[in-house]
Amino acid sequence: MAGLLEHPGYDEERLKRAAEQLPCREVQAGMLLSLMGESSQFSFLHLLFLQLPHATLSCVECVSVALLFEQVLRSFFGCDVASLLPRSPSLTDFVRIYRQQSPARQTRYIVMEKAELLRDADANLLPALLRLQELVEDNVTVILLSEIVWDTFRPNTGCLEPLLLHFPDYSKVELQQILSQDRHPSYSAELYSFYVSILLGVFYSVCRDLRELRHLAALNFSKFCEPLAEGKVKETDTHKLWKNIEPHLKKAMQTVYLREVSSLQWEQMQQMEEETGALKGLSAHTHVELPFYSKFLLIAAYLASYNPARTDKRFFLKHHGKIKKTNFLKKNEKTTNHLLGPKPFPLDRLLAIFYSVVDGRVAPTASIFSQISSLVTLQLLAQVSHDDQLDSPKYKCAVSLEFICNISRTVNFDIMKYLYDFL
Amino acid sequence: MSKRKGKISHQPLGECITQVQRILRERYCQQKLAKGLDGVGAQHKHLEELLRRTAVYGESNSVLIVGPRGAGKSSLLRSVLQELLEEKEVQENLLQVHLNGLLQTDDRIALKEITRQLHLENVVGEKVFGSFAENLAFLLEALKKGDRTSSRPVLFVLDEFDLFAHHKNQTLLYNLFDVSQSTQAPVAVVGLTCRLDVLELLEKRVKSRFSHRQIHLLSGLTFSQYLDRVRAQLSLSDDFCDSRFAQEWNASVKNLIEDKSVQDVLQRHFDCSKDFRSLHVLLMLCLSRVTLAKPTIKASDLLDASRLCLADCKTNMLHGLSIVELCLIIAMKHLNDVYEGEPFNLQMVHNEFKKFLQRKSNSMYNFSPPVIVKGFEHLQQLELVRPVDGSPKTQREYQMMRLMVDRSQIMEALQKYPQCPTDIKQWALSAFA
Repeated sequence: MAGLLEHPGYDEERLKRAAEQLPCREVQAGMLLSLMGESSQFSFLHLLFLQLPHATLSCVECVSVALLFEQVLRSFFGCDVASLLPRSPSLTDFVRIYRQQSPARQTRYIVMEKAELLRDADANLLPALLRLQELVEDNVTVILLSEIVWDTFRPNTGCLEPLLLHFPDYSKVELQQILSQDRHPSYSAELYSFYVSILLGVFYSVCRDLRELRHLAALNFSKFCEPLAEGKVKETDTHKLWKNIEPHLKKAMQTVYLREVSSLQWEQMQQMEEETGALKGLSAHTHVELPFYSKFLLIAAYLASYNPARTDKRFFLKHHGKIKKTNFLKKNEKTTNHLLGPKPFPLDRLLAIFYSVVDGRVAPTASIFSQISSLVTLQLLAQVSHDDQLDSPKYKCAVSLEFICNISRTVNFDIMKYLYDFL
Repeated sequence: MSKRKGKISHQPLGECITQVQRILRERYCQQKLAKGLDGVGAQHKHLEELLRRTAVYGESNSVLIVGPRGAGKSSLLRSVLQELLEEKEVQENLLQVHLNGLLQTDDRIALKEITRQLHLENVVGEKVFGSFAENLAFLLEALKKGDRTSSRPVLFVLDEFDLFAHHKNQTLLYNLFDVSQSTQAPVAVVGLTCRLDVLELLEKRVKSRFSHRQIHLLSGLTFSQYLDRVRAQLSLSDDFCDSRFAQEWNASVKNLIEDKSVQDVLQRHFDCSKDFRSLHVLLMLCLSRVTLAKPTIKASDLLDASRLCLADCKTNMLHGLSIVELCLIIAMKHLNDVYEGEPFNLQMVHNEFKKFLQRKSNSMYNFSPPVIVKGFEHLQQLELVRPVDGSPKTQREYQMMRLMVDRSQIMEALQKYPQCPTDIKQWALSAFA
């Protein structure tokens, strides 16, 4: 903290305020400040607070370069200058208008978030932004913020290399410190930090993102305090509090963390007294009730995708005769079809397997074929061949093993016996 | 060295530091290099002669300055121009047009820019021209001096010259070179580019009009010359406000360069690249640590700055991953080892991870499949794994990916990983999955 306050040329009061908003980042902030130097000096580019003239923009919002230019000009020079830009401005217009304005007394900063999206913009935008100081002949610094490494940004013929400042991740201790800062006013700080330590214990191995952890902490705190509010336990009864909250947090990992349920649903569920069974997440809704023949069509499709064609004879013919065991049983681990993914199969093969799998005789009517199309619409099957190819369309089965096992159980079909990988 | 009697100004230390920061920052960030670039004397003379012939004697010329990024092409041109403009005749007559391939992405835009820089917007007015050549001829005609004998010499500087070669039909280049070959007007065309093969990019008709004159700025510095350059970049010139401070500063810089550890660091940088740009980044980082409390650059500053410059970004990113993601990376590393770098999909990675769990009866890493998928997606977001350019129609779990992190980077990251569980480390180090 002390290191930050020593920088000359900056008001100490502002520095203190900035330092409060930046816990655990003293080293990086100090570096940034020292690189930025005193207000009227130059600095290189590539990370604000101190009320220096700056323009912050998010590259997600600036889908076209016109928005980018307009925002920069507006932040530095006001709306009048920004309106000087022609209808679809190019970089030349931007540079020309910028040059016409008065030069900066203090260094101007342009901060761009999610800068990796600049890579997908025009090829000349990123190199031009990196050279902006040269092109506009003004004291301006461009700061690019991104999660992706710089090497992927570099254009083909190279560009002016920026200064790279790495912001390391927060350690567990630092996370604890930061999260403990949002404490609830009616409870003590020690209680909150105890809660944070439990939360970190459950979630730290899975997630280190500060924003997610903060969100989870805020959502679950009321449940944590429930026994305290009801008077059942005291603040010092740490073991009881832990026992109360731990299964709840584990459930949160399966649901809220994965965004299976929305935060609103989660809060509502917490308010209800009794447990109403398993929380229905989003993936539970992907299960559809299918008609009888559709289920068998899906099973047949799964078998067609995951069994190699040469094994059909063995599985689906009543008298398949002898098949040489050596060739048949030889399979590498790598070629386990369940690891490689489903293979495409033609319609004929699907129908052949379908007829042998389903009980009783089925006539090949239009209703059977239309069920195949509806399976494609439900995205349980994927069509691999082109739409124009009408005579032998190819499909792939797009369901998981778990799903198909559930389906086969409902029709009393033992699918495991028919899968080559589980022989 | 003349001794000035009496008037030796001494500024307070804070003021001196501010001045030093200002001067050196200008030098590094704005490329206001100290006078007299070393090692480019011949090129300097060549270019100056060429430009003088255009500016003073009205001869048309074209030249390309070729050199890698950061070799000093723009600074060379700037210093030559600065010298030439000191002569009165040149200053009065020579017109300059600076074009940049990054800004003028189209020939039409380039023409408008030329019109603007020659201050001929009013003359052109609302005229419509049939072709580019007509327009350019009109502009040059308009520059004729009062006695209508000859037009003023114009210098066209084309930065990022190779980008102009990508324009449609290369009209701008064709016309500029055409003018430089004809007796229309004295024109000098100077192109700056970083591509050595720039001539291959030109069309035949453009190439034939070009004079094939190239100035190469390939630095053949030795290490001792590099050290001299470092010293020159750090030293203050004689006209600094406080001469005593300047002398102390320069002496400390000299000591710094002679330090063995500093020389090792500089050797490492020299082996990577010899250009000015990377040197400036390094010196900028050192400069930022000069404060009132510590008014000189120490060897430790240079070492720290070097470590920052040469740090590996990906290893740093691996440092910040959660345990799930780290396990996935190690599983991918094993897959790469066994299958020699062939692409894999999430199912294979998950399978590999499950094999590790089977051997350890530890249930601490028993993450549910959706949590593992989320971890994998996070890795994809950070671009540590990238999909092989294949059909996007495959299901997400089966889409083939490649790992963008090297084996050595993973090992290095594991060493530095805070509180890395030992069984994970051992799994990573084991030869077979």
